[in-house]
Amino acid sequence: MKKYLAIFLLLIVGFYLIQAFNLVPFGENRIGNVEDESTVGAFYLKNTVPKTSVANVVTAIVVNYRGFDTLGEVTVLFLATTGLGSILFRKRKHGEEEERVLKESSQLVRIGSRLLFPFIALLGIYVFIHGHLTPGGGFQGGAIIATGFLLMLVAYKNYRLGHGTLTWVESFAGITFAGIGMWGLITGGTFLENNAFSGLGNVNDLISGGVIPIIYIAVGLKVAAELTGVLDILLNIKPNKN
Amino acid sequence: MVFYVVIFSILALLLVASGLYAIIQKDLLYAVISTGVISLILSVMFYLLQAPDVALTEAAIGVALTTVIFVITIRNTTRFEDEEDNSKVK
Repeated sequence: MKKYLAIFLLLIVGFYLIQAFNLVPFGENRIGNVEDESTVGAFYLKNTVPKTSVANVVTAIVVNYRGFDTLGEVTVLFLATTGLGSILFRKRKHGEEEERVLKESSQLVRIGSRLLFPFIALLGIYVFIHGHLTPGGGFQGGAIIATGFLLMLVAYKNYRLGHGTLTWVESFAGITFAGIGMWGLITGGTFLENNAFSGLGNVNDLISGGVIPIIYIAVGLKVAAELTGVLDILLNIKPNKN
Repeated sequence: MVFYVVIFSILALLLVASGLYAIIQKDLLYAVISTGVISLILSVMFYLLQAPDVALTEAAIGVALTTVIFVITIRNTTRFEDEEDNSKVK
């Protein structure tokens, strides 16, 4: 009964969503003329590459134009991880081993995971280092690294992660983000001023775009550490057998 | 253009079908896998709509991490939705 009520409510929501999106024809260019700066999208498309020298416009908006929002998002993720950890983390008693939820995997899974893990980590690092050139960025790269750690955690029953290391990486990355923002204020600009350290460099170079690559590396490390910590905490709870 | 509309319609129908399956299914493990399929289809749709950043996020977080967190939670709690079906697991 409850399920059919849920489906009914979803149908109502879906009906109104369809009504709203029917007003936009499929595939039509809603940004408008790039030369005409009266719309927001056209402004970003026209001004991002000359002013920030970042090839990926999405990254420039997320980290530079809306950088303060990104700091807030990172804080939200940090608070969620802290809340989960404070509820679920069980302090080990003396001599007690942490018990993993899952059983030991087969040999095929273990060897395959060990083989794949460096490449997954490398892909994640590539995604967040090249965040200002190619699609992707800190959040995506961090999540990819966390899936690599997840593979290792699932495959090996006694794969231990140092919580101290995770905490240090996370804190250092967070302080880097906030510190770069404050440095812009100290040097007389705005919070998260883009060219606070040096020039902007050439478009499509690896080192270009001012502080944007540094911030995205920090965000990537932070997200990877947080999500890995969440998975480690969740996997170490003993199932409550009644 | 017609090609994109056809692909998009098929994907949208699959999306709705897996959503309904997730609601109706009593085995919560199957429901969670079905929500993972929703995220996978959504990520393909984002890619077709020329938003590769969002597609990457959806693929990494929606398909992998959320699904796994729910699977771990199911493993720590109960697998079936109703109490009388719960005896099947143990």
